[in-house]
Amino acid sequence: MAATASRASSSLLSRCLLTRPFPASSTGASGLRRADKAQELWAAGAPPRWFSTVPATAVTDEPIKPPVEVKYTQLLINGNFVDAASGKTFPTVDPRTGEVIARVAEGDAEDIDRAVAAARRAFDEGPWPRMTAYERCRVLLRFADLIERHAGEIAALETWDGGKPLAQTARGEVPMVARCMRYYAGWADKIHGLVVPADGAHHAQVLREPVGVAGQIIPWNFPLLMFAWKVGPALACGNAVVLKTAEQTPLSALYVANLLHEAGLPEGVLNVVSGFGPTAGAALCSHMDVDKLAFTGSTGTGKIILELAARSNLKPVTLELGGKSPFIVMDDADVDRAVELAHHAVFFNQGQCCCAGSRTFVHERVYDEFVEKSKARALKRVVGDPFREGVEQGPQIDGEQFKKILRYVQSGVDGGATLVAGGDRAGNRGYYIQPKVFADAQDGMKIAQEEIFGPVQTILKFSGVEEVIRRANATRYGLAAGVFTGSLDAASTLSRALRVGTVWVNCYDVLDAAIPFGGYKMSGVGREKGAYSLRNYLQAKAVVTPLRDAAWL
Amino acid sequence: MATYQCNGNSSAGDLVVPEIKFTKLFINGEFVDAVSGKTFETRDPRTGDVLAHIAEADKADVDLAVNAAREAFDHGAWPRMSGYERGRILNKLADLVEQRTEEMAALDGADGGKLLLLGKAMDIPFAVQMLRYYAGAADKIHGESLRLSGKYQGYTLKEPIGVVGVIIPWNFPSLMFFLKVSPALAAGCTVVVKPAEQTPLSALYYAHLAKLAGIPDGVINVLPGFGPTAGAAITAHMDVDSVAFTGSGEVGRLVMEAAAKSNLKTVSLELGGKSPLIIFDDADVDMAVNLSRLAIFYNKGEVCVAGSRVYVQEGIYDEFVKKAVEAARSVKVGDPFDASTNMGPQVDKEQFEKVLSYIEHGKSEGATLLTGGKRAGDRGYYIEPTIFADVKDDMKIAQDEIFGPVMSLMKFKTVEEAIERANCSRYGLAAGVVTRSLDVANRVSRSVRAGTVWVNCYYAFDPDAPFGGYKMSGFGRDMGVGAIDKYLQVKSVVTALPDSPWY
Repeated sequence: MAATASRASSSLLSRCLLTRPFPASSTGASGLRRADKAQELWAAGAPPRWFSTVPATAVTDEPIKPPVEVKYTQLLINGNFVDAASGKTFPTVDPRTGEVIARVAEGDAEDIDRAVAAARRAFDEGPWPRMTAYERCRVLLRFADLIERHAGEIAALETWDGGKPLAQTARGEVPMVARCMRYYAGWADKIHGLVVPADGAHHAQVLREPVGVAGQIIPWNFPLLMFAWKVGPALACGNAVVLKTAEQTPLSALYVANLLHEAGLPEGVLNVVSGFGPTAGAALCSHMDVDKLAFTGSTGTGKIILELAARSNLKPVTLELGGKSPFIVMDDADVDRAVELAHHAVFFNQGQCCCAGSRTFVHERVYDEFVEKSKARALKRVVGDPFREGVEQGPQIDGEQFKKILRYVQSGVDGGATLVAGGDRAGNRGYYIQPKVFADAQDGMKIAQEEIFGPVQTILKFSGVEEVIRRANATRYGLAAGVFTGSLDAASTLSRALRVGTVWVNCYDVLDAAIPFGGYKMSGVGREKGAYSLRNYLQAKAVVTPLRDAAWL
Repeated sequence: MATYQCNGNSSAGDLVVPEIKFTKLFINGEFVDAVSGKTFETRDPRTGDVLAHIAEADKADVDLAVNAAREAFDHGAWPRMSGYERGRILNKLADLVEQRTEEMAALDGADGGKLLLLGKAMDIPFAVQMLRYYAGAADKIHGESLRLSGKYQGYTLKEPIGVVGVIIPWNFPSLMFFLKVSPALAAGCTVVVKPAEQTPLSALYYAHLAKLAGIPDGVINVLPGFGPTAGAAITAHMDVDSVAFTGSGEVGRLVMEAAAKSNLKTVSLELGGKSPLIIFDDADVDMAVNLSRLAIFYNKGEVCVAGSRVYVQEGIYDEFVKKAVEAARSVKVGDPFDASTNMGPQVDKEQFEKVLSYIEHGKSEGATLLTGGKRAGDRGYYIEPTIFADVKDDMKIAQDEIFGPVMSLMKFKTVEEAIERANCSRYGLAAGVVTRSLDVANRVSRSVRAGTVWVNCYYAFDPDAPFGGYKMSGFGRDMGVGAIDKYLQVKSVVTALPDSPWY
């Protein structure tokens, strides 16, 4: 079945490409005019002319009925599912069709107040920070077991709400969530401060205390994994949490938060508020009783969050923001493997990854072959209903992202990059987009500068190590990088020279629980995962006592 | 002396004897007879009766087990799976042990004369906790990237050391098993475990559970047997990379010597103690008395860290002595399976006789016997909780590890004196301090040469708290994250780095 879907889709995609003229690479006046024209059309509601509505069957088949029901749509505050104070709800939409899956309680400032108050009580008076670390460890271990027991339902919910291929959620992400919770369970009883040497007759020890109430805001591209990255360390360290999920994907967090309570989490320790950034999110960030903020999302929103924290109670903030990560293919690379890896680096999760390898730098000696093969690989990519086995790429998350991506594609075309694969949306409903590959891109183009967050590969040519280091670093982002080479020296030099939080050498998207993740520059502040993540949720308190007649200092 | 009545001595019919399922050696995932075909008896210390005949390992069996462990380490899956996978299997094993808490406590109770109630409440749950602790540590073994002062890139790898020989005592059969085995397995090592000949039963059961949990064959091998034969063969083996031993100082020397004479394998020793419990004038006397009662009579004094030297400051000495004697008399000695019992029998005849002979020494050296001092009942190896006062620091009962329910009480005047006398021992395993004064607590904590200091508590073990000895109480630490280091090698990898924007 996978093979059938793959063949059907790829042949149709190829046909689209064959029957439709593509704008040639051009930076001349005609290109600019074409851009103006396209924008006019776009503004008028008509698609740019290279858009077609030729469908791919994998996309236009009747959507598969998700094997799961939506059980929880209310806010989770103080251990109870409750309506929003306003009584308002908002729709969460199936990105395959644009149809409403469910209406979800819409949290706003008053709900944030309630949630923070519950978290505050749970932290200031409740059992969670007062129980032993081993007991907290066991709650998290039981939670991981429950996630595994309900893995099928959870994965289906995640796919339904977010359009992610089921194989990816079921075999990749849900197990990673369980794995991540076990990782932090193991930390709970190993949180150490240092006993430090004093200069005189003093005994000094550092207590690592939970920071208090953590406000966490997570995005829609990996709802559950982001839940795990945020909630795991916060809980392991003994904090209480108010979590605001993305309005596009509120469902899975509510489901697993319920399981966490089943695992023995006391009420109020984790509160989940569905809602929007400007209302619920802003209220959380401005709240005077929130002790810490952690956010994953866009750089623009990250700035607002940092500002709100500054204007309210100076709560510390960790930010994991956007990226425009380079994937560098050196001339000694095995081109076939490099093509495959670079393809996954950018197209994984519909290209909706903050660490997507969206700038593919290819050495001039292998450039032509690389472009040709990348194009072929992109054309083979199976786009379709994420519930269908064998589908590699589902729809984009929503209409806004969908349009934004297509605008970027237009700008690439207009800017003179060569679109060698994928010109169109895929199908005629939902938010499917054909995998797109640009060749001959220049560093100054928008598609090489801005985070597109979609299935768009931008291939750039380079000729030397020094050059590629300079160009790869010429961005305001610094989240990740891929390096593809067999040369130890090149790998070492690049690993150290790239100003990014993660360098994957001959691999990509290896996101183990123990490996820290985060950004340089405007890709964020702080690190998540690994031992490093614990410090986000711990205060360090130095306790100093005079020593009388100590045997040693 | 009604309080010393021994319920277990009434009639053999009343005794609960758990079913014994595993009596053979466990080598390469199978229960097998010893090569020699020999067996030995493990006895019920409540009666001295034989509980079971156990296959007796000797050198030939050690060779087989080490080969299996070697193969499992050199070519098997265990060190090659991720720390997370090892951790999951260890968590699974923890669940399996936890499900059998009652059964395992009963097995140790019958084999070692340990209280069933405490086994269920402490020994087995703590063993399970230890497993979970190291399951959670298995994916947190970090090397470091280094800052080298040249055009190099450097990092360290923490690699499993290889085949580990584990030799454990009989006083806490389950705890000692997991105390050593959990971090070794978390590190990716394979083990050959020799449990004490007095208490081989639970270790064999754990081998069975390990297999059920999915630990590959050859990773855990359990060889019941005796020190001079099986134990010596493990410590002298050229293919064993490290030995972890808990037991007496005397045997510790032999272990180290065998390691030195064979392949210089690394050794960690957790040996005897004569741990001081120092009680200051400002202490709540009742609390201090309770703590001292726990410190010496818990597990019938068969604890390496038993608080066997009790130093009491002169201001509260008389009151303390009076209350300590009352407390000792309230200790109910009897069948460890009886829920009202506080203290079971000593583990075997040899220990029983050794403890009684120390009591005789105490008397003949001039210490004042305040209470106890003889066997309890007329069957099995029960001894009355015993307290000596007017003990001098150089008396045998103040110097030697008795490993029985015998408290030596001593009076002191000043902090300096207490510290000096507490340190006047060749041992340095643990110490207790009872005081309300912060300064005293801090000072004594730093001044006592011991691996653990408990302030206003005793036996406050925790998987996260390293445990081990100064001086002749051994070296190396069990428990804590650092215990894994005993089972790891450190490898520095240095690579030339001709071109880097920073060094």
